[in-house]
Amino acid sequence: VLFILFVIVLLALAGFFALSVHRPIEQIAVPPASSFSRALVRQGALLAAAGDCASCHTTATGSAYAGGVALQTPFGTIYGTNITPEPQTGIGSWSEAAFRRAMREGISRDGQLLYPAFPYNHFTHLSDQDIDALYAFVMTRDPVVATAPANQLAFPLQFRPLVAGWNLLYLEPGPLPPQDQQSAEWNRGAYLVASAGHCAACHSPHNALGAESTTAFLGGGDAEGWHATALNTASPSPVHWTTDALALYLRTGIAADHAMAAGPMQGVVNNLAQADPADVQAIAVYIQSIMGPPSAEQQARETAARGKAAQDALAAVQPSSAGPAADEATLALGATVYAGSCAGCHDMGRQLSSNTALRLSLAVALHLPDPRNLIHIIRRGIQPPDGERGRWMPPFEGSLTDEELAALVVWLRRQGTDAPPWNDVARTVKETGNAS
Amino acid sequence: MTAINVNGRPQQVDADPATPLLYVLRDDLQLNGAKFGCGLGQCGACTVMVGGNAVLSCLTPLSVVGSRPVKTVEGLGTAGKPGVLQRAFIEEQAAQCGYCIAGMIMRAQALLEHKPSPTDAEIRQHMAINLCRCGTHMRILRAVRRAADGLQSAAATTGTPNGQRGA
Repeated sequence: VLFILFVIVLLALAGFFALSVHRPIEQIAVPPASSFSRALVRQGALLAAAGDCASCHTTATGSAYAGGVALQTPFGTIYGTNITPEPQTGIGSWSEAAFRRAMREGISRDGQLLYPAFPYNHFTHLSDQDIDALYAFVMTRDPVVATAPANQLAFPLQFRPLVAGWNLLYLEPGPLPPQDQQSAEWNRGAYLVASAGHCAACHSPHNALGAESTTAFLGGGDAEGWHATALNTASPSPVHWTTDALALYLRTGIAADHAMAAGPMQGVVNNLAQADPADVQAIAVYIQSIMGPPSAEQQARETAARGKAAQDALAAVQPSSAGPAADEATLALGATVYAGSCAGCHDMGRQLSSNTALRLSLAVALHLPDPRNLIHIIRRGIQPPDGERGRWMPPFEGSLTDEELAALVVWLRRQGTDAPPWNDVARTVKETGNAS
Repeated sequence: MTAINVNGRPQQVDADPATPLLYVLRDDLQLNGAKFGCGLGQCGACTVMVGGNAVLSCLTPLSVVGSRPVKTVEGLGTAGKPGVLQRAFIEEQAAQCGYCIAGMIMRAQALLEHKPSPTDAEIRQHMAINLCRCGTHMRILRAVRRAADGLQSAAATTGTPNGQRGA
């Protein structure tokens, strides 16, 4: 019996080894930009924008697509690589076949397995033609000599062949079949969400191995210390999203009755602004259908939230009676901070030069399962991309002490929602402060 | 009465705890450096330092300040003996109408106290919150650069940690 076990283990190891070893694909001379049609490059540019490639491959101050962006994951820090057509440090020597293999199977040109932080489990669903377009786009960027810093991963994840096991369990390669009973626009949206857009990479819950839940698709997840809201029937927004509101939010980062884009979503909307507006509309159509019609509970929540928003002052609304109330001193401090630091814009809901301040009872951030996003937004504020008009909220990092910030968050949750209080707000304030 | 420490001087002010710090500074303490611009935290003209950080004093109620020390542009130097940043702003002629300058200087001061040798990108990012309607942003950035470089060489020659002067 021991011998049979030994043989099985040996066979398993051999099979695993076979899965993790891939041949390098021959290097090529960098193809001249003139070898790609302008239409194909344009198609690739629009897809790259829809796919938010720049968020991981372009730093705030670095050259376009030259890599170096640090991505914080539960497994350590992974750096976006240089995908400019520079032959030594970029992907200039990659043939179209090598590029396609990376997108479909997560294998580098030299045969190494790539980490799923690069969402090839989504890009694998791209059509051949779209992969060709993305190849044409990246190969016509300015070549830049740049090497990303080395990844800092928890042991034993530095050992790349382990990814073979992950691929075996979770990678479903190749395009997905369209759904005939749905409209062409719906199918376009479904395709973009599943492939280039890789929305579920943040918006679905993940298991301990970092694989997306298939049962709670778009049911809410995590992204770099932020909560990525549920986009399915569990959507936390008190006001039901319309397709138009979603499309506007995705293109501009502004949805007057829901949220202003912040955190990792800010980069997504900055890029979606450059995507084909018809594609963004299709994404909105699809996501809206995933959210489904509002349930009776959601409708009641919307009525309550709109009722609170109709009041002149958030301090005047009927606070939530769910769960235990915080102590009076905390609530009084929160109310004081709100009155002095927030009410000037948020209570009047006035039209500012930078657009409407959200009525906070409608703000999705108050209705989430945990307070992280609200804490991040108060600390960092909301800034539009450099040189663009748009949403603006000043950062309160340094103005408010941790105690004041926590009290404000506790008070906002109680006044702005009918939900139970969040647990451990003070601890979350402390932990997120150390992280930022 | 509320106790407040401004530019190193403990003071008592007779103001409602909900009063914005900006009003306390200007109306009760006659420190008119910090300016009222928008009153909504959108422009930065009211920027002062609280507990070592740059804050928008129009959005900071007196009660929120607590025991943290407040520093205003008056605390950096005088017309006769300007501080490092004030001198750099004069040398670069960084003011046109000057309304934003006290706020600009205090935001820059907070940066240099935390990070004496910032990169140009860091200066730009840090200062982005404060607006100047005359359009002297480039001179303002140059002035902050000059002050940072000056502090560096002062620290190199005298051995003082950041070459600060004034209060």
